[in-house]
Amino acid sequence: MKRKRSERSERSPKGAQPKAGRTEGKGWKEIPIAGIIDKGGTAREYKTGSWRTFKPVVDKSKCINCLQCWIYCPDSSIVVKDGKMEGFDYDYCKGCGICASVCPVKCIKMEKEAT
Amino acid sequence: MKDLLEIRWHGRGGQGAKTAAQLLAESALDTGKFIQAFPEYGPERAGAPIRAYTRVSDREINIHSPVTNPDIVVVVDPTLLETVDVADGLDESGILIVNTTETVDSVRRKTKYKKGKVATCDATKISLETLGIPMPNTPMLGALLKIKAVVPIEALEKEVQKKFLKKIGEEKTQLNIKAIKRAFKETKTG
Amino acid sequence: MMTKKLIALTGDQAAAEAMRQIEPDVVAAYPITPQTEIVMNFSQFAADGRVKTEMIPVESEHSAMSACVGSAASGARTMTATSANGLALMWEIVYITASLRLPIVMPVVNRALSGPINIHCDHSDTMGARDSGWIQIYCENAQEVYENIIVAVKIAEHKKILLPVMVCQDGFITSHAVEGISIFPDDKVKKFIGEYTPEHSLLDVENPVTYGPLDLQDFYFEHKRQEAEAMKSALKTIPAVLAEFNKTFDKSHDLVEEYKLSDAEVAIVVLSSTAGTAKGVVDELRKKGVKAGLLKPKFFRPFPKARITKALSNLKAVAVLDRSDSFSGEGGPLFSEIKAALYESEKRPPVIDYIFGLGGRDIFPEDIKKVYKDLQEIKKTKKIKSPVNYLGIRE
Repeated sequence: MKRKRSERSERSPKGAQPKAGRTEGKGWKEIPIAGIIDKGGTAREYKTGSWRTFKPVVDKSKCINCLQCWIYCPDSSIVVKDGKMEGFDYDYCKGCGICASVCPVKCIKMEKEAT
Repeated sequence: MKDLLEIRWHGRGGQGAKTAAQLLAESALDTGKFIQAFPEYGPERAGAPIRAYTRVSDREINIHSPVTNPDIVVVVDPTLLETVDVADGLDESGILIVNTTETVDSVRRKTKYKKGKVATCDATKISLETLGIPMPNTPMLGALLKIKAVVPIEALEKEVQKKFLKKIGEEKTQLNIKAIKRAFKETKTG
Repeated sequence: MMTKKLIALTGDQAAAEAMRQIEPDVVAAYPITPQTEIVMNFSQFAADGRVKTEMIPVESEHSAMSACVGSAASGARTMTATSANGLALMWEIVYITASLRLPIVMPVVNRALSGPINIHCDHSDTMGARDSGWIQIYCENAQEVYENIIVAVKIAEHKKILLPVMVCQDGFITSHAVEGISIFPDDKVKKFIGEYTPEHSLLDVENPVTYGPLDLQDFYFEHKRQEAEAMKSALKTIPAVLAEFNKTFDKSHDLVEEYKLSDAEVAIVVLSSTAGTAKGVVDELRKKGVKAGLLKPKFFRPFPKARITKALSNLKAVAVLDRSDSFSGEGGPLFSEIKAALYESEKRPPVIDYIFGLGGRDIFPEDIKKVYKDLQEIKKTKKIKSPVNYLGIRE
């Protein structure tokens, strides 16, 4: 059955921190009831990459493609293609540094985001 | 019969006083009466004194409180006469029916119930001789119907058949009916 | 003489019978006195193949309601049943059910909430849940239990309502008393409640949905506002559902029942089985020329304020009988709400509270007569000596 869905999650306005106060977002008559999120994949809209203060950078010349970083990354932000580690999805990488920590050859460095 | 007939049953847990109260009510329901039957639950132990009630009426029954002024009291266990005021609330137009080997006069003395009607039936003996176990509840229904035709005895038989057949089988069901009929015959009044 | 064939059932059996006819997709329940016979009888129906319901025996009431939430969120028509301490143990999930707007119907057999421990009737269990967001219906007898459970399904699942419903009956007094009940044909009940088509279902993989995500300062308030509105607007929707029920089954259900109230001067307000006992007293007093009446709210949530105000405002004196105490020092919950309802009325009769029947203490017609006698006195003097009283207590 096809149902009318809200266009996007009402509850994650682009991952930005809502303003203090009461004016952000739609009113109670316009949102789905019961706190339901009535569509899938809404986490994609929430760009948590903006939370980063340090970002991971890989030195591919040292990387052995063991994919330990891919296994441990809590945000599914290690980009892998044809079984090889390609880099990071900076839209969602929060810069937690777990990848750098678990890397057996220490080819991932955490660099400061902004000077 | 007045508009609402109220019966109080005294028994001990496990003797089937609650079942008797229900059987009577359900037989009456089948004859087109309005009914209510409910036990008074205490600690629910086998052997503990219990009360159960039956109400039968031609009109819808709204009241939802225990019977305080019964028209009939049925005592399923003779030992209760010593410990429970079974005649409580029973006035001179009332009927007291007791399972006992004792005489009507002796029951009157023990219960101090002087004015109304008293009937006795040795339901334990009937039960033991007929069913082989002491279940005086069904014979006491026979005794009750002898004294007061709340329902025709056939209606009760039909109900016993309906209720007991699945639970205890044909043979024991028939023995219960036999016990009811025998009690109906052997009940004495005074 | 009766026109319809009646069958002998207890209140618990009547509830199980309604559940058999409703045949929910899922029942998850845990037995507790005096609700046990509902679960026992329904389990038998399931075991005998008389219903196709998935019967989930669980290890506690907390698990029962949790399983029900999962089931209802997956789009299944779901029921459970409980009493007193069982309701208390499922408390956390009781609130969650209402806030997730899951239309679960739960027969509750009212029993005193411990302690000291007691298995007999009072309303302390469900009155505690009056602010949980559940609709609450209180039943006078087994017939009402049967009918209200059926109509509750339709109310709960109504697209404009979507709230869970408790159908309350008095423990032992109603649940264990055998009465003659008229049962509707199975197909007629099934047709009335219809097929359940949930708005969202966790099992609808084409249209994925998330139930129960964290809801913080930015949206929680809006969702609670929706819940409040659902309950408020249910007051408008329920009469329409009841009308449909009445038309289908030739009945006369309403938000409240007024008994000989139209010309009454004094009246009692009371829920559940005691209303039946009070009707007999009203009849008796009427024969003696006393203009006595009775108001029995059937729905306590939503609170039918307008109906109650209209029914009571012209009286000379009103007594509320509460089968639970709120321990506010100001009487029982029904009393507080009746008084609050009358506050906005231009005519405000004096209202007196009697807390009664706690822990299954019997209430007799004599007790109720005493209340009407007190009301006659208040009518005369226009004074209430003590606003909160305890009826049938040893001093």
